[in-house]
Formats: sequence, C-alpha cells, structure tokens
Amino acid sequence: MANQDSALLAYLAAGAEMAQRPWPRYRLSRDQWQDLILHLAVADWTLLALWGEPTIVYATFYDSAAAAIGVASLDCPDGHFPSLSGVRPSAIRLERAAQDLYGLTADGLTDVRPWLDHGQWRHAQSPPAGAPAAQRAANDYHFLPVEGEGIHQIPVGPVHAGIIEPGGFRFHCNGEAVVRLEQRLGYTHKGTESLMVGKLPEEAAQFAARLSGDSTVACSLAFAQAAEWATGTTVPPRAVYLRALMGELERVANHFGDIGAICNDAAFAFMLAHFSVLREEVLRIAESCFDHRLMMDRVVPGGVTQDLNPIGEARLRAFMPDARDRLSALLAVYDNKPSLLDRTFGTGIVSAALARQFGAGGYVGRASGRDIDARRDPGYPPYDELVLSVPVLPGGDVNSRLMVRAREVEASLSLIEQILDRLPGGSLRVPIGRRAGEGIGLVEGFRGDYLAWVSLTETGAVRRAHLRDPSWFQWPLLEAAIENNIVADFPLCNKSFNCSYSGHDL
Amino acid sequence: MLKILARSLLSKPAAIAPPPVAAEHMEELARQLGARARARLGRSLSIREVDAGSCNGCELEIHALNNPFYDLERFGLRFVASPRHADVLLVTGPVTANMREALERTYTATPDPKWVVAVGNCAVNGGVFAGSYAVVDGVEAVIPVDLHIRGCPPTPVQLLAGLLSLLETQKR
Repeated sequence: MANQDSALLAYLAAGAEMAQRPWPRYRLSRDQWQDLILHLAVADWTLLALWGEPTIVYATFYDSAAAAIGVASLDCPDGHFPSLSGVRPSAIRLERAAQDLYGLTADGLTDVRPWLDHGQWRHAQSPPAGAPAAQRAANDYHFLPVEGEGIHQIPVGPVHAGIIEPGGFRFHCNGEAVVRLEQRLGYTHKGTESLMVGKLPEEAAQFAARLSGDSTVACSLAFAQAAEWATGTTVPPRAVYLRALMGELERVANHFGDIGAICNDAAFAFMLAHFSVLREEVLRIAESCFDHRLMMDRVVPGGVTQDLNPIGEARLRAFMPDARDRLSALLAVYDNKPSLLDRTFGTGIVSAALARQFGAGGYVGRASGRDIDARRDPGYPPYDELVLSVPVLPGGDVNSRLMVRAREVEASLSLIEQILDRLPGGSLRVPIGRRAGEGIGLVEGFRGDYLAWVSLTETGAVRRAHLRDPSWFQWPLLEAAIENNIVADFPLCNKSFNCSYSGHDL
Repeated sequence: MLKILARSLLSKPAAIAPPPVAAEHMEELARQLGARARARLGRSLSIREVDAGSCNGCELEIHALNNPFYDLERFGLRFVASPRHADVLLVTGPVTANMREALERTYTATPDPKWVVAVGNCAVNGGVFAGSYAVVDGVEAVIPVDLHIRGCPPTPVQLLAGLLSLLETQKR
C-alpha cells in the first residue's frame, strides 16, 4: 500500500524501516529527528498523531500530495525528545499529554503545563508508562493571562448546564466580546490506553468502542483495521460492507442530531424537534438491523459480530427516500429563515490557513476548504468500489459546517443504498492470528478521522495501543473561532464543532 | 415550514406509550428510600445530569428522552441547568479521578431532599474501566446512590422505566 512516490516516505526512509503495516514506520536517530523538525518547517506534511511509551516517541504524518502516511519514531532512553511544537503547533497538546501519560519530556515545548493529569490519579497503580511523572499538586494550573482595561473572566465547567460532557472553559471578555477562550480538558481521562495493554485485540476492542460513544463504530473500525494489519488478517467481504453500512448509519444519526441542535442553540427549536425525530428513527433502524442503537461492539478485529437483520434491512431501504425528502424540506426551512441565518452566517470563522496548519479533519476541516476524507485519502475498502462525494465549502463559519454536514448526510444516504445493493454474501468474521506485529488504521468517523495504532507481542496480546480522536485537532480551532465573537454565540460555535471530550481525554 | 407544521398537526403524535415500571427498580428504591423521609413533590421532578467521565454514549440516550418519541416532560420530569434547581442527580460515567471533586460539589449544591440515579454500567461499578488508575469505580464510591439503571448505554425506554419508578415511589 505504501506509495514510493511519496516525498514523506522517501524522506523518512533515511531511518531504519520497522515492520509496520500497511504504512511503514521508520526508526530515526536523534540527528535525523532533529533534521525532520527542520524539514517540517518547509514540508506541508500534516501531523496525524503523536504518542509515546516510556522510552519511545512516535509521530505520524500525512503527505496529501501522494495520499501516503508515514510514522517516524525516536528511541529516547533518557525520556527526552526534541519537541515538534515549534513547527507543528498541533503537537503542543499531544506532547503535553505524552508528558503526562508516558513520563516523557518534550525538549523545547513552549507550554509545559500538564494537560490530562490534574494531580488526582492513583499513582500507586501505574499509568500507561509504568513510570509516572512526579505527583502533581492538584490546584496549581494557571490559565494564560489576559491584560487590558475592563477585561473580565467567565469560568465555565467542568459541569455544564446542558446534558454534555465535562470540560473547563475560561473566557476572558471585554464587554460582550470574547478576547480569549482557553480550554482545560482531561476531566474524562479514564486511562483507556493502559487498560488495553496485555489484552487480546478482541478484548481490547471494547475500549476502542468506548473511546467516544458517538463514534463507537468509527473508532472500533480503526482499531480493528490496526489489529488486522498487525496480524495479517483478511476480513470477509460481507463484513467489510457491513462495517461501512454501520459507519454511514452512525454518520447520518449524528449529523441529524447535531444539525437540529445547532439550530436550537440559535433559539430555533422547530429544527431540533424534527431532526431529533429523524435521528431517533435512524437509531431505531440501527437497532433492528444490528441489535444495538449505537451499534456498539458490533465491529471487532476479524469482522463483525452481527449480521444484517432482514427486517431491519427492509426498514432501512424504506427509510431512504423518506429521509431524503424530509431533509430537503427542513433545509428549505433553514434557508428561508433570515433570523436563523443571521446567527449562523459569519459566526465562529475558522480560517483555511489555520485548518490546514492544525490538520483539522471532518466537517471542521472541510468547511474551511480542506478537501480531505479518510474514506478516500488514503482510503479503505469498500469505499474504493463505491461512489463517494466529499462536500467542501470555503466559508469556515457555523453555516458552512452545518451545510457540509447536510451534504454529507445526502452522500451517506447514497452510500447506504449502494452498500445494500452490492452487499456480498459469505461469512462475517475470521479469527485473527496470535502473533507479533504492528498496524495502523485510519477511519473517517462523523466527526473526522480516527487513527488507531497497535503493537502486539509474540502471543498476540496488546503491547501498546494508541487511539487518536479527531477532536485533538479541532478543539484548538474552537479557541480561535470564538475570538471576537460574543459570549452568547459560544454555544452555537461549540455545537457546530461538537468535539468529543471523552475521545480527546482518553 | 407551514407545510411541515400542517402535516405534523394532522399526523399522530410520535410519542410512545410509557413503559411499565420495572420491578427491580421498585425493589431497589423501596430498599433505599425505606428509612428516609419521602417528600411529596407533586409528581414532578427536576433532574440535573452530571457526566462524571462517561464515553458520551449515555448522554446520547439521555438526550433522546427529550425527543418527541419519549417526551420526558409529559411525565413531569425535566432537565434543569443547575444542581440548585434539582431534585435528582442523574450521574453517568465511572467517575474519573479528575471529576470526583466536581461530582462531590454538585451533590453538595443540590438541596435536600435529593435522589441520585447512577446511569449505565460504568456508573454502577466502573464498568469496563474498573480498576484503572484514573477512575474511582462507580458513583457509589463518591456519593450515596438511590437507583441504578444498567446498560451500555441503557436505552431511552430503560431510562424512562427507571425514572418513572422514582415517581411511583414518591407517590406512595
């Protein structure tokens, strides 16, 4: 699968190639890592992920010109590695998390405050690293200062007013305008990666399924792909198609729910009522198809656990034209409500440059002009056999994100019909091998690209695993999007991003 | 929009019939509330949802309670924005170490009499996350719990059955 025309892979090939599939990993020397940092200043490779273990740090990049992924790793026996944050600001939070979780030190990291570690963990039990960082004091976290006349602060969270996940927001405001928003995340950190260690991939999959409940299918699939590549397992074709069907159902359900919720945050409850009915109908169909409303634990390494129920399939087929009609009627309402459009147009703008710099995926990236979708670039089956349209808009505002999602629903409805028409027969699942290996998976969830990496021991158990939620590269952009907007528009902006707290906090 | 409204007016409501109150929930509540004063709140309860580190799966299904199918408010149950306005805390997640203090403070801020409902397998005992260095293995490790609603995540019907049993207990 590795594309030898990729400038990224050609560059990394200076290091020692390690056995990782389908994309190669190159072990770099410290000098090569330093050179890579210099080269990143001129190369437009996107940082896809950065994680570690007590003596190794891994960084994954995407070369869009060749649609190739490459992983660079650096052995750091002393626990120190040169920071990428100077040339890739999207690495800042990833490196802060790596310091907290693996006991590593990123030399040159500009922001050295802890990130996921709030000084509350039970350090008698070992965090993933096995070599925990020194116990931190619980309350010595300082938000960045804002100076100026008449600046006031609004602390929000971690318990929010709505039925949403916990996280801290600190607003610095001048009158109504937000001067700076700073997030403090990590409240939902559950030690997911450490719990995966030592388990067989089939058992570890339940943690991927619970990284972020709204993306349970996508993250399960990313992890399954990684485990299958690591063990050289070929998934039966029927399972490949059923996985894609579940993925599209998940996308449609989430987009329906969020389009309604965005309009509701602009005080237009009519849309919420109708879209929440659509969402509920999708979840009920998902339940009758796969026996679980969110399709949790249905995608596992080696295939799927549940065949498509024929009654569910009939309901799904009947729902398609109905869903299309109702969506277009509701979008016509949206398009004809100036009071609603007044709230969504020009609000919470993310510039194309910033989206590119942070490598933001999903509708956040595509609404700011990034023409990317993991189903297509680099792509995974069965999407190579399906007609997939990827909507891209240049506006970068709340309206653009909403419209990208509406277009994605339409594309997904078409994909669901294509999948049902082409659904191959055959088995659902094969056992995966018990052997050592290293694999990587990248899957387009409703929110963006989920990356999973796994390294297996000789007996086929998880030695280390890493799951990277797309929210890592979207949360920082929310801070930028709200700048100079009014505080009252924050819920609207936030909902148009709908980043995952749990997925980010691990 | 008028066309959609007209169609909605002429069609049957989406709301489902209320599910029967689950016997297991009633038994647990009778046990928990037996010795405590039972305030009559006129069949009306205000609920504050607290996510103590869930994967957000439970939140999705709790959210669904507000959709026209389940229409929670027809039972006199409604979600409120502050613990100060709440009678019931609906807590999800295995309670992460990082959320422990926030959960304690939310409980303290809720006026008496109050009930705590632990929602989802994680909230019951930590679920799949039990034993992690970063979680405290369930809501009961931090605050007293009156009712458990299991499931990963529990479906809206299961949630509704659990919450209705809370109303039934109060009625007696």
